[in-house]
Order: sequence, then C-alpha cells, then structure tokens
Amino acid sequence: METDWSVILDYLPQLFAGARTTLYITVVGLVGGLVLGTLAGLMRAYGGRILNMIAFAYIEVIRGTPIVVQVMFLYFALPVLADLRIDPMTAAVLAIVVNAGAYIAEIVRGAFLSIGRGLTEAGLAIGLPYWKVLTYIVGPLAFRRLIPPLGNQFIVSLKDTSLFIVIGVGELTRTGQEIMAANFRAVEIWSAVAVIYLIMTGSLSLILRTIEKRMRIL
Amino acid sequence: MSIIEFRNTSKHFGPLKVLDEVTLSIDEGEVVVLVGPSGSGKSTLLRCINGLEMITGGDLVVDGNSVTQGARILREIRQEAGMVFQQFNLFPQLSALENVAFGPQKVRGLSRSAAREQARDLLVKVGLADKADHYPAELSGGQQQRVAIARALAIKPKVMLFDEPTSALDPELKQEVLNVMRALAQEGMTMVVVTHEMSFAKQVGTRLIFMEHGKIAVDGTPREVIDTPPNDRMKDFLQHVE
Repeated sequence: METDWSVILDYLPQLFAGARTTLYITVVGLVGGLVLGTLAGLMRAYGGRILNMIAFAYIEVIRGTPIVVQVMFLYFALPVLADLRIDPMTAAVLAIVVNAGAYIAEIVRGAFLSIGRGLTEAGLAIGLPYWKVLTYIVGPLAFRRLIPPLGNQFIVSLKDTSLFIVIGVGELTRTGQEIMAANFRAVEIWSAVAVIYLIMTGSLSLILRTIEKRMRIL
Repeated sequence: MSIIEFRNTSKHFGPLKVLDEVTLSIDEGEVVVLVGPSGSGKSTLLRCINGLEMITGGDLVVDGNSVTQGARILREIRQEAGMVFQQFNLFPQLSALENVAFGPQKVRGLSRSAAREQARDLLVKVGLADKADHYPAELSGGQQQRVAIARALAIKPKVMLFDEPTSALDPELKQEVLNVMRALAQEGMTMVVVTHEMSFAKQVGTRLIFMEHGKIAVDGTPREVIDTPPNDRMKDFLQHVE
C-alpha cells in the first residue's frame, strides 16, 4: 500500500480536537498535581512524624503502581467501592493530579532540602518565625531548582495522558486510533499523531527553558 | 548590669556533652572574646545565646528572658542578639541593600522605604555604600561579611554575636571586617566573638575566655592571659594560633 500524506489534512480538525483534550487534561492535571505535590513534599520535608508518614505512604503507593492501574481504579473500582461515579474525563484529570503529585512531591522535597542550612539559620537569627524563613528565603531559592526536574515531569505527564485510551477519553492517541479504524492509514495517521505530540512537548520544553534562563539558579 | 547569663548551662548532642554546666555572666558594653581548640564548645556556647542550639540543662537568660520559654520569647531574644556567621550566609537572591533591609521589614514591620533608607545608612557605616545594588555573588568575601554585619545591625540588637567571622577570609580581607568590628566595639556595642585573631582580642577585647572540654578554663583580661597564660593547655593553644 502506498502512502498518501494528503489524507492527514482531512483528519486534521479531528486530530486537533484530540490534541486539545490532551492539553486540557495535562494542564488541569498538572495544576492540581503541583498543589498536591507541593503540599506532600513540604509535609515530607518539614511535617512532624504523622504528616511525614501520610505523605510517604501516598508517594510510595503512587510511585509503586502503574498509572494505567490508577486510572482504572478511579474509573471502574471507585464506583463499586464508594458508590462514586465519575466520567472518564474527570478520572483522567484526577489520575494526572494524583500521579504527578507523587513525583512532584519528591522534587519539591529535594529542592527545599538542597538549600543550605546556613541560610535558614541566618533567617532565624534575625528573629523570623520558621514559616517566614521558608516563604521568603528558602522557598524562592528552592523554586529555581525546581524548574529543571519539574519540566521533566510535565513532559512525562503529557505523554502519560495517552494511556487514558483505556477508559475511552477522546485524547490525541484515542483519536488517532479511531481514525485508523475507519481508514487503515497507519503510517500517515500515527506519524501525524507523533508529530503533534512532539510539537506539544517541544513547546513545553521551550517555555521551561525560557523561564530557566530568566531565573538564575542561585 | 548583666545582659547574658549562663546558669549551670549544659548542652548535649546525644551522649556527647558539649557544654558542661557553664556559669558565665556578660555585662552590657563588654567585648568578650571566646577562644579554644575545635570541639571545646565555644561555637556552641555562642549559638545557645540566640537559641540556634537549644540548651539541655540549666538556664540561660538573655536580656531578662530565658531561652527555654518557647518560640515567641526566642524570637524576641533573637531580635536583641544579632549574629554574624563564618560563611556569611547572605540571602543570594537579594541585593546587598535588600539583605540589610529584609530584617527590619519582615521582623520589625518597618515600611519598605524606611527599611531601605536605614539599610543605606548601615551600608555607609560598613563602607559599602557603592555596593548597595550588588548581589552577594558579585562581592568579595570581606564585602559579603560586612554586609552580613550590617544585616545583623539592622534589627537594632543590644548584643552582637560573631561566630568565627574572619575564618573564611583571605588575610588581606580579614582586616576590613575586623576594622568594622573594632568601630562597633568603640561605639559601646556588647559583643561576643569566637575568633582566632589574638591581636584583635588584645586590642579590642575587654575579656577573654578560653574554653576546653565544654568548660571555661580561663577567664581574664586579654592582654594579661595572652601574655602570661595561666594554664598549660592555653599556652600550647596560643602557640598554634600565632
């Protein structure tokens, strides 16, 4: 069978709709993941015994199980367990929140703990309460060190959304498969899908690199 | 009137006794120089005064408040006892001026403009008026340490604590820091200084304490005890630092 790249044009609107869904899940999921991850990371770094243990358990459970299993659990097991029915889109976003949150927690913890003890002492020594030392001194420095590993996690999460094909969310990969099922143009369609992913991850890298350049790592 | 009072103060790190029932009273206006071999407890003694290390036995009263009275009182004590560190520990994301203005603004609640104005005066005082907008990474070690002194002075402490302030500096940079400290002593600031600079101790110190094994081994007038050490261990120590 010979390839005909022009078929891609016919399906472009459909592929873009899929890419939009992928982006939506990624962005909303990562915003939630950042909040959850920052909270869990700070609990690990500065929380007492109990908070530390809760965060530790969460991180270990999530990092120790595949994201496909996590989203299946949210979508199929949660309704049985808790009589909580959620639509595929919500399940997908939640899976990214919970999954990325666990990895981001470790990134946040590492970044905060990498800031020298001396700066914390200098802050305490001028009479600041500990939380202000973290907010005004350690936090801004840790944030700069957060950016490179965070960029990595953003790209991983974006690509992970392709796994939500298993619960039938109409994201980019699923869209590609549906088009394929109708016209069997495997080479053209999967090439197009791959290129669209590359454009999205590439833009993400570019944005992060720009931020990194503007904020010196201190 | 005594402003710092150690009363049978001990400090343990696990099974290790770093301060062994120290009793010591420091009056306002004194310039106390703390010397001793490493591990003798001199830095720990200093760091207990502003609660960076918590004492584990006895009591320690600073400006009428005990360091054991909890976080709020401890913050009050820290505002009366400024500290200068061996490694400067300037906030790297802030300019020299912002470093100095930071404490008054965030701790004393001064307005931004008032804090900056005061910070400018302090930078003049330590001879760095022209470096106000430089970041710590753009300053020499001696300049960084002078900014750090200005930062500690900005919260208007009654006592200044110096933890080996010149140990990380090249010989030619030590002098500029010691000059600032000398000027401060001449203004009547109460100072406690951990250092190996014996000439500074002689010229500026009003009192010299030699520590050994967590105890005060010698306590006297700098010139007298340096010229005629009353203790063999101290005589030995002095030969090594000079």
